[in-house]
Amino acid sequence: MASEEHAAEGATGYIVHHLTPLSVGEGFWTLHLDTLFFSAVLGVLFIWFFKVAAEKATVGVPGTTQAFVEMMIEFVDQQVKDTFHGRSALIAPLGLTIFVWVFLWNFMDLFPVDILPAVAGMMGMEYMRVVPSTDLNATFALSISVFILIIFYSIKIKGVLGFAKELTCTPFGPWMMPFNLLLKLVEEIAKPISLALRLFGNLYAGELIFILIALLPWYIQPLLSFPWAIFHILIITLQAFIFMVLTIVYLSMAHEDH
Amino acid sequence: MSINATLIGQMITFTLLVWFTMKYIWPPLIGAIEERKAKIAEGLAAAEKGQEDMERAAKKAANVLREAKQQSADIVNLAQKRANEIVEESKGTAKQEGARMIEAAQAQIEQEMQRAQEQMRKEVSALALKAAGQILQQEIDKAKHKELLGKVSEQLGQV
Repeated sequence: MASEEHAAEGATGYIVHHLTPLSVGEGFWTLHLDTLFFSAVLGVLFIWFFKVAAEKATVGVPGTTQAFVEMMIEFVDQQVKDTFHGRSALIAPLGLTIFVWVFLWNFMDLFPVDILPAVAGMMGMEYMRVVPSTDLNATFALSISVFILIIFYSIKIKGVLGFAKELTCTPFGPWMMPFNLLLKLVEEIAKPISLALRLFGNLYAGELIFILIALLPWYIQPLLSFPWAIFHILIITLQAFIFMVLTIVYLSMAHEDH
Repeated sequence: MSINATLIGQMITFTLLVWFTMKYIWPPLIGAIEERKAKIAEGLAAAEKGQEDMERAAKKAANVLREAKQQSADIVNLAQKRANEIVEESKGTAKQEGARMIEAAQAQIEQEMQRAQEQMRKEVSALALKAAGQILQQEIDKAKHKELLGKVSEQLGQV
């Protein structure tokens, strides 16, 4: 397909081009416009769809949309009830938002790799990376928000002293304080990093393979991209699900008083 | 692949989305679900109760029916018995009546017979007197033989 255009740069150039975000600004203050744009659009799509369903929600026989939305709600609610044994007005909606939003991000992966960049190219944009989850900024934004909530709830439930005690006196008792602290810090910091990198890695690799398939001759592409896309339907759902479940698990751990 | 201000933008978007979901999406939907669950549970309970009621009613109806059958059988028996009694009674009455009527008829017959005998005796005695009178026209003095005549007529009356 587009491989001819990038013939001069070769296959590497094609891949790099596809994975370069459309950005403005310098240094830290760089903004990835494509990530921001697509995640915002998908977020609005999610909000709009669910809001319409919520407004039309009846206690009687639900319509198709409502049944679908309720299925999602019950699914998330069940996950929360299975893991989290308290009452929180935040955790279930947070889980739903993460699940649907991340799923929609990942779903962008299923668009043929050249279509949206080609459209953007026609509009004069040189780079276009459409899958927000292939941007570390997007995945870290989620996981760091979750991390902030973990810290917030740990302090709120256990108190500053209680949280400090948990950080310093477990798992080996007060005599091993520095070692405990080190262990706990690693444990806590590993949470957002593993959340973000797991999602990013899976989707980045998936997108990369789609790009590699797009480099092959046209008559081989369907043979490879079709099964890979079907397999990816599983991956994108699974990754969204894992992100949601781990968020719920981490937050319920933060609520538990030892 | 650098971390930059996009992160902050994404966090803001995420916060807004979570806030919106928490405020406007989750509560009405989960509310509808819970309410429907309650309604369904209620409906199922009501259905079960209705079925129980129906079973109870059917049992009751069967009992009533059985009782009614029993009662009607009793009534029929009683009526039959009563009818038999009435028949017997009227048979008895009729017999008695018949006997009485026969008796009355016999009494009447007797009476009639006596009256006829009386009549006949009188007529015979008169006839005898007349005949004797004619035969004995001259010799018999009515006054002289009055006693004898009376005796004869009495004897005739005893026949």
